[in-house]
Parts: sequence; C-alpha cells; structure tokens
Amino acid sequence: MKETLENTAELLKEFEAKIDAEIKIEPRDWMPEDYRKHLIRQISQHAHSEVIGMQPEGNWISRAPSLRAKKILLAKIQDEGGHGLYLYSAAETLGVSRDQYIQWLHEGKAKYASVFNYPALNWADIGAIGWLVDGAAITNQVSLQRTSYGPYSRAMVRICKEESFHQRQGYEIMWKMMQGTEDQQRMAQDAIDRWWWPALMMFGPHDSDSPRTSNAVKWKIKRETNDRLREKFINKTIPQAELIGLKVPDSAIKIIGQDAMGENMYEHSDINWDEFWSVVNGNGPCNEQRLNHHIRAHEEGAWVRECALTYYEKSKEK
Amino acid sequence: MGTENQGPVWEVFIQTKPGQPYKHAGSVHAYDKELAIENARDVYTRRNEGTSLWVVPSDQIVAVSASETSSFFEPADDKIYRHPTFYNLPDGVKQM
Repeated sequence: MKETLENTAELLKEFEAKIDAEIKIEPRDWMPEDYRKHLIRQISQHAHSEVIGMQPEGNWISRAPSLRAKKILLAKIQDEGGHGLYLYSAAETLGVSRDQYIQWLHEGKAKYASVFNYPALNWADIGAIGWLVDGAAITNQVSLQRTSYGPYSRAMVRICKEESFHQRQGYEIMWKMMQGTEDQQRMAQDAIDRWWWPALMMFGPHDSDSPRTSNAVKWKIKRETNDRLREKFINKTIPQAELIGLKVPDSAIKIIGQDAMGENMYEHSDINWDEFWSVVNGNGPCNEQRLNHHIRAHEEGAWVRECALTYYEKSKEK
Repeated sequence: MGTENQGPVWEVFIQTKPGQPYKHAGSVHAYDKELAIENARDVYTRRNEGTSLWVVPSDQIVAVSASETSSFFEPADDKIYRHPTFYNLPDGVKQM
C-alpha cells in the first residue's frame, strides 16, 4: 500500500486497533516507524546477547568436571547459538540484513546484555549463570511470548520451551556443590555473591528511568515493566536459594507479604546503578574481550563462508 | 563483510509427525540447498521437533495478506452457504 500523509493517520489508527485487540503484527503489515525501530533495536540486542552469552560458558567446556557436565554444557551453549539464530531470523523480517546487524554489533552501535561482561571465574559460576542469568532471562522471555510482533513472539515461544533445562542444570550444579565439601559450599556462595546483582541488572533501569518503556508497553512490544519482572524473579529465586542453603547477598531482604498465589514477596536493596551504567557504557570487566572475540571469530570464519559460496557457484557451472 | 550476508535466506517448514501438515518454523541462511537443509536441522530440530523438513528460498515465496489488499479475500465473504451450519435439517436427523 502506498503511504501518503493523508492515510498515515488512518493506518496508525488501524495499527493501534489491532494492538488493542491482541492481533499480532506481521512483517508485511504497516507499522509506525518508531515501532519498527524499537523492534530492530530490541530483537537484535536480544540476538546478540544469546551469541555473546556463549563466551563466558564456552571457557568451561574443556574444564568441565565430568563427561556428563561437559555434554550438558555443550548442549546448552549450542542452544544459545540456536536462540541467537531464531532471533536474527525474526529481526531480519524487519528489513535489515543479518550482516548489517552484525556490523552494528562490531561497531559498538548495538548492545547486548551487560551481564555477559562479567567473567566466569570457576565451575560454580557455570551453576550461577544457568540458575540466575538464564532464570532472569526466562522471566523476561515468558512475558515476551505475548509480544505484539508475530515473528518475535514465535521465536520466544520456541526459546522458552528450551530454556528451562538451562536453568535446571545450573541449579543442579549449585545444589550438588552445597552437598559437597566446605570449600565447594564456599565456592557456590561466592558465585551467587558475584552473580546476584548482575542478574537483577538484566531487567534494566527502573521504569521511571527507562525512557523507551512507555511506547514499548503501549504497543505491547513489552508486556510487563522492568521493575515488575525483576520483582517476579526475586520472589521466585530467594526460596530456591534458601532451599539449598545459599544466601542472597542483600542484608535488606525481608518478607513483606504474599501475592495472590500465596507466594512470599520480598523487600530488597536497590541496585548499584553507577555500576550498571558503567558496564552498559563499556567499562565492565570483559566488555572489550567479548567484542574482540566476536570480531575475531567472525573474521577467522570468513574462509568457511567463502568456500561455501565458491562451491555453490562452481556446482552451478556444471 | 557487508555484501555476502552469510548466503541467501531460506524459509524452514517442519512436519512434526507423518500425516501432519508442514508448519513454518523460521529461516536460515545458506549458500546452497544441501547446507540449507543441514542448517535447518541444526537450528530447528535439536529436540526431535520433526521427522521431515522443507526449505524454500525466501525470494521464491509469493505472498499476500488481507491488510494489503482488503478485497483479495472478499469473494469468500458472501457465501455462507458453503458452511454446513447454513442448512436447516428436519428434526430426527441423528447425525449428518
């Protein structure tokens, strides 16, 4: 449909009526430029996070403590790569090529989840990442299954089906360590001490400091606000920690009531927002390392893509 | 980088069980059909999601949606006699 000034208002009205009626928006449908831009930013950031997220865990494949642990970790990391591909596939329906998305990442114009700028120092960190980082991601992704953009929603449904194994394998690692020696228990507690706050930061700034939230909620790209999702994660995770004898590193934690389902709700301290913004702005422990590694892997893989292309062209000539 | 785009885009369709219709799953990039079908397997069927796969070059798909041309699906709008509920049946008909 040709777009003119007169019919833009009409198209916007139809678009918003669909959003109100919970009808998903599909790639060929008209959408406001800001809606498209928000999706381009959010879905590509999500895709990059899956792919960059393979790095902290990838370091531990060769050092996994058993063959069982190694096979599980390999399968989990392969899933993360797959999730990145589902999301790039959804993001490409918005009219931006995969190469362009990757170029924006390499130029620093696109971001990924800051949590992956923290290092995985020992095996307990692999437990903490699966349990807390994947746990926080699942909380967000369950909500995003209802996002208004069809391809994004379908990718989220697929991802959520696969993610719960990720969280369980992480929690199992922590549980095992808590049944082990005192040193192992200390390692597990040290890992939650270091990963708790970065996991909470994954939900992003307070709603009041999140300028993009209002449009995203109005257009149902996001179905719940950052703070609401963070509360859900905290309420779910504290009992899991207590069950296996771990302590959340926040002395202000206090039960303040029960929700409609009878589950405890907790009061907690505020996040260190200076640290949050510092990591977002590139000054976390591993920002440079993560991006450089991605660029190097992409460049070193160029010969594979060239070979595949040459093979295709030669086989056409036959 | 910038021009090759990891090969053209292919749409992936999965049949979950024999007898079921093929359903769109997403897309992959690949330079040729062999790589396309292997990439589709690795990306979309890591947990036995299907027993059969189709991959189709995206640019070979012809598509239309009601939002683009509202009149396109109009011929179906005024033919309610195509639905079984349109018809009156005498009392006593048990199953039809």
